[in-house]
Amino acid sequence: MTQLATAVPRRRSVSLWREMRRNWVAYAYIAPFFILFAIFGAFPILFSLYLSFQQWNGISPIQFVGLENYARLLADRLFWLSLWNTVFIGVIAHIPILFGALVLAFIVNSSLIRWKQFYRAAYFLPVVTAPVAVALVFGTLYGVRFGLINWVLTTVGLPAIDWWGGTGQWIKPAIIILFIWRWLGWNMIIYLAGIQGINPELYEVAAIDGASLRQVFFHITLPLLRPIILFTLVLSTVGAMTIFDEPYMLVGVTGGANNAGLTTALYLYNNAFQFAHFGYASAIAYVVSAIIVLVSVFNIRVFGRSQTEA
Amino acid sequence: MTIPDNSIRAGAASTQTTSAAPVHRRWLPMVQRALFNALLLLGAFLSAFPFYWMFVLATQSTQQIYSWPPHFLPGNSLITNYQNMLTVIPFWRNFFNSVFVATTHTVLALLFCSMGGYAFAMYRFPGRNWLFAVLLATLMIPWMAGIVPWFILISKWLHWINRYEALIIPGAASAFGIFWMRQYIQESIPVELIDAARIDGCPEYTIFFRVVAPLLLPAFAALGILIFVGNWNAFLGPLLVIQEKIMYTLPVALSLLRQDPKRGFDAGVLMFGTSLATLPMLIVFLLATRQFMAGLTIGAIKG
Repeated sequence: MTQLATAVPRRRSVSLWREMRRNWVAYAYIAPFFILFAIFGAFPILFSLYLSFQQWNGISPIQFVGLENYARLLADRLFWLSLWNTVFIGVIAHIPILFGALVLAFIVNSSLIRWKQFYRAAYFLPVVTAPVAVALVFGTLYGVRFGLINWVLTTVGLPAIDWWGGTGQWIKPAIIILFIWRWLGWNMIIYLAGIQGINPELYEVAAIDGASLRQVFFHITLPLLRPIILFTLVLSTVGAMTIFDEPYMLVGVTGGANNAGLTTALYLYNNAFQFAHFGYASAIAYVVSAIIVLVSVFNIRVFGRSQTEA
Repeated sequence: MTIPDNSIRAGAASTQTTSAAPVHRRWLPMVQRALFNALLLLGAFLSAFPFYWMFVLATQSTQQIYSWPPHFLPGNSLITNYQNMLTVIPFWRNFFNSVFVATTHTVLALLFCSMGGYAFAMYRFPGRNWLFAVLLATLMIPWMAGIVPWFILISKWLHWINRYEALIIPGAASAFGIFWMRQYIQESIPVELIDAARIDGCPEYTIFFRVVAPLLLPAFAALGILIFVGNWNAFLGPLLVIQEKIMYTLPVALSLLRQDPKRGFDAGVLMFGTSLATLPMLIVFLLATRQFMAGLTIGAIKG
C-alpha cells in the first residue's frame, strides 16, 4: 500500500497480512503444487507461446518470424490431415465409449444382474494396462497373415483385412477398436459409481408408477448423471485430442499408409523431436491446445448450465 | 459396437410389450435378464481375451505363432522366449527402473497431494478460493501445450537427460491428486478433531503429520495405486528423457523389443516381455480392486 492510501484500506490490508501470517502453514502445504506447476507447467506453456513466434532448432540463435509459423500451419496439408484423423478417431471411438459405458453401467447396476463385482473387474482390466502393452497385443491380433482377427473373419467366410496396407483405410478403425477396448471400462466404472449415488427411492417410485427400464434410463438416470457425464466428457476430450502412444506403437511416427494414423500429437512429436522445428511445433501445440480448451469450455457451458436449470 | 445396439433394442422391446400386453409381463423380465447377461458376458469375454492371448503367445515359438490355424493352448517355448528376450533388452534392470521410478514418484506425490488437499480442505486462508480455481483450471490444460519447452527445460537447463528426476518430480504435485485428497479429507476428517488438537497445544505441522496423516491411510492406498499405475504405464516422458537402454523404464524397453537386431521380429519374445511388464499391474489391481475403484470414484463423483 502506498502512503496515499486511506486509513480504511490500510487497516484492511494489515488484517489481511495478519490473516496470511496466521495461516502460513496452509501456504506451505500448497506451495509444492504451485512451485512445481510454475516450473514444469506455467513456464513451458508461456515459453511455448513465445517460441511459436520464433524459428529455432535448439542450436542456432532464436529468430523472430512473427506469425509465419501460424501462416504455415494454415496451409499445411499434413497438419489439417492430422487434425481430421484425431477428431475422426476421437469422435467415432467415443460414441460407444461414452454411450456404451453408460448403458453397461445401467445394466450392471440393475437388479437383473448377478456377479456385479466380476463384471466390474473384467471390464476394468484393460485400464490398468499400459497403452504400449495394449498396442503390442493388438498388433499381434491385427496380424495380416496370421492374426487372430483375420482367422476369425476367414473362418466365418469374410475376407481377411489388410490392416496396414492399401490406402490405409483400416488404420483408423484399428486404432479406434483399441481405444474403445481400453477406455470403455474406465467410463463404465465412473458412471456406475454415479448411478449408485442416485437415491434408490427415485427408482422405487418409478417402479410403482410402472415406468419401463427405458423410461427410467432416460428420465431418471441420464439427467441425474449430467455432472458426471460432463466430467468424463472433459477428460475424454483431452485424452482423445492428445492420443499418442497407441498410433505411435501401431503405425509409427508417420502414421502409416497415406498418413491415415497421423494424429496431431504424432505430428507435433515429429516436428519437435525428429526435425527440431521447435517454433513450428509450438505453434501446433498452441492451436491444438486452444481447440481442446474451447471444446471443454463449450462442454462445461452446455452441460453445466442445463444442470443448474434442472 | 454391438453393445449399445443390443441394449437399445432390449429397452425398446420392454416398453412396447409392457404397455401393449400385460400377459407378457411375466416372461419379459426373464428374456430381459437373459439378454442382459449374455451381453455382459460377451463384453467381459472381449475385455479379458486379449490378456489370455498375450499369455498364450508368450509361451509359443515364432513357428507356432505364424501357423494356420492359430494355436489356442500354451506352447512350450516359454523359457526360450525368456532367454531370447534377455539378449535384446536388460529386462530385469528395466523392471527395477520402473519399480524405482514409480515408487519414489508415488511416495512424493502422496506427500504433496495430501498436504495440498489438507490445506484446501481445512484452512480458510486469504486467496484460497481463487488458488483452488487455478488448480482446477490446470486440469484442463493438455500435456502437449508446453511439451517443447518442457523438454528444453529438462534437457538443456536442468541436464536431466537419462536422469530419473525428470520422471519423478515434474508431476509429483498433481492437481488431480490434491483435488482428490481435498474431497476425501472434507468427508472423513472431522474439524473438531483438529480444533481439539489445537487446544491441546499441538503445533500445526504435528497436527497434520501425527494426527491427520495416520487417518489418511485408506486414502493413501486408493490414490497411491492410481498414481503408481499411471506412472508405471507412462510412455512419452520416458521416451523423450531416457536415451540409454539400461536406463529405460518398461514401456520404452517394450517398444524396443519389436525390433530384435539379430532375429528380426519375434512375436513370442515380444508377448513374453509384454506379459511380464503387465502382470504386476494386473496383480495389484486384482488384490486391491476395492481401493482402486474408491480411488477412481472419489475423484469423479464427489466433485
